[in-house]
Amino acid sequence: MNPLPVLVGKAARFASRLRGGGSAFPGLVVERLDPGFMGRALSTLPRGVVVVSGTNGKTTTTKMVVELLEGQGLKVFTNRTGSNFTRGVAAALLGEVDWRGRLRADVAVLELDEAHAVHFVKLVPPRYSLLLNVLRDQLDRFGEIDATTRLLERIALATTETVVLNREDPRVAGLASSITAADVVYFGLDASLRSTFPNDDELRGAAGTAPAAALPADVVLASVDGNAAGFEVEGTTTHTDLRLRGVYNIFNAAAALAAARAVLGGRADGDRLFSSLAAVEPAFGRGESLVVDGQALELVLVKNPSGFRLGLKSFDPAGCATMIAINDNYADGRDMSWLWDVDFDSLGLGGVDVVSGVRAYDMALRLKYDDVRVGAVEPDTTEALRQFIRGSAGRPKRIFCTYTAMLAVRRELSKITKVEVVS
Amino acid sequence: MSDAPSAAALTGAPTDPQKGSLRVLQLYPREMNIYGDYGNVLVLKQRLAWRGYGAEILEHNAGDPFPDDVDIIVGGGGQDSGQVVIQEDLQAIAPRLRELAEDGTPMLLICGLYQLFGNSFRTYEGTVIPGIGVLDLETRGGSERLIGNVVATSEEFGEIHGYENHSGQTFLGSGLRPLATVVKGSGNNAEEKHEGARYRNIVASYLHGSLLPKNPMIADFLLRTAAERKFGAFDDAGLDDSLADLARQHAGARPR
Repeated sequence: MNPLPVLVGKAARFASRLRGGGSAFPGLVVERLDPGFMGRALSTLPRGVVVVSGTNGKTTTTKMVVELLEGQGLKVFTNRTGSNFTRGVAAALLGEVDWRGRLRADVAVLELDEAHAVHFVKLVPPRYSLLLNVLRDQLDRFGEIDATTRLLERIALATTETVVLNREDPRVAGLASSITAADVVYFGLDASLRSTFPNDDELRGAAGTAPAAALPADVVLASVDGNAAGFEVEGTTTHTDLRLRGVYNIFNAAAALAAARAVLGGRADGDRLFSSLAAVEPAFGRGESLVVDGQALELVLVKNPSGFRLGLKSFDPAGCATMIAINDNYADGRDMSWLWDVDFDSLGLGGVDVVSGVRAYDMALRLKYDDVRVGAVEPDTTEALRQFIRGSAGRPKRIFCTYTAMLAVRRELSKITKVEVVS
Repeated sequence: MSDAPSAAALTGAPTDPQKGSLRVLQLYPREMNIYGDYGNVLVLKQRLAWRGYGAEILEHNAGDPFPDDVDIIVGGGGQDSGQVVIQEDLQAIAPRLRELAEDGTPMLLICGLYQLFGNSFRTYEGTVIPGIGVLDLETRGGSERLIGNVVATSEEFGEIHGYENHSGQTFLGSGLRPLATVVKGSGNNAEEKHEGARYRNIVASYLHGSLLPKNPMIADFLLRTAAERKFGAFDDAGLDDSLADLARQHAGARPR
């Protein structure tokens, strides 16, 4: 094979890192010069490729699967930068392959955006896939959530060994009926927890349609108490404390355990799986805890109604200063309708100190209709953050933000506090 | 079950002893509320409460008996699969809906139910789904989705702001007038510059957002009409809509 495209790609990667951005650009370079590069590099891995997809929680879940497998002694390749497009995977590969384009790893665990995953699996059929959920997110990009379900189905059908499905999401669980080539395993919730995780069909108290209890699950989230959780595997429930915040992350821990068990195929060291899980730190911006003026500041990423509802439910607002920042850039989704499917009553007692973002007034209007008091509305995130921190001295702080608002908030915070940098 | 407020939780008695309660019926909230149309019901309820009126929020889901006294009807959009589920029930209650519409009951019909209140929907594959013929219009499934922010103007309501997301393209019959003329976006279809439809006291539209929060003049039209029909008068004490005005300004400046 010709090593030139790899070397040119590596050079592009080096150059774009010097410029301090453009994580996917080198991927574009190597894709153009050598379209077969990615498939070749990934097809030789002894344990193949794991694709993680779904609307919510891909980044954190991928991080968990990676750390669970590393805890079992495997060398894992992943697209850690959050470039969850095919080109981002190619760019991440360039950093890891040798000059002949060979990847020294046992397995690849890749977070892929639903639409791009369909393109990816045509180039590289995954041995395993983990499909998390189909929630109302970025509807303006894919049109309808039924269309998103069909994208996940394409991933499931391209998978050669095991597809791991969310038993509690009727659209995801329903994919099982069309899968013929691969085995299907499920992760799920104990019946006592189901009311904590309403899906989009149950928003207004409609009866659940998930065939949930009827399906056997490999890993069941049995209990949640703050940051402690119980996971039932093969009839035994193991309790563990987690560093991850938020009930949705804890449910995704069940997903990651099921995926890791599928890859390890009965050779898993159970105790080590749980000790690895307990040590997983939240991913970039997803439920991070920072320190500002000696007070905890939590960033909570919200991008669809279910995620926002769970975010509000996961964190007790009592005694805490609250800010909400809503943007409507392409990566956030342009449609603001979703804010009306979130119930903000829980913020009623303490109110919201500052509302910010491009669509600050849409958010403030939403809060008004739930009779939630708003301290200030400031669309400019930098100015809003300044006001928020000045006005909440001595109180722990929490900021709910959409994706691009989170990037802006994080950038601004890094000027006033030490923020963990993920490259 | 979910944490979302149920219809019962939204219901509130009048706080002003001189004022009564309006009964607001949400059509098919299980299948047809996928784009935040719940916001429309919440806005009606709160604008009544802020003026001292009560609101009773009712739901009609497939298979339910249709309630007797209804002052306002609200219907939303849904997935294609949801539209299939409600089809039979909608045909069963169609005579009641036609009667209420002709009698002047105020209705807000968004997206999916806007289409189904028309004569027919021809899917992109060619299947014809009958509507209930309350509105003289036809919808044809298109190959492209019309998606994005919309600004439209109407003599009756002024500038209307919302967000559209539909593949069906709707064409109004000669007797039916559009709700508004599109300034930004597509509206009913990709050819004309029409958005929505107006018939008797029905406001029909493709716009989500939700529609009523940022367009309180439409909310107040529905409330005033219903209150005048029921009580003979409406105390439309001015509410502070400055946040809605600012939200409209910012929405209007956003890309398509």
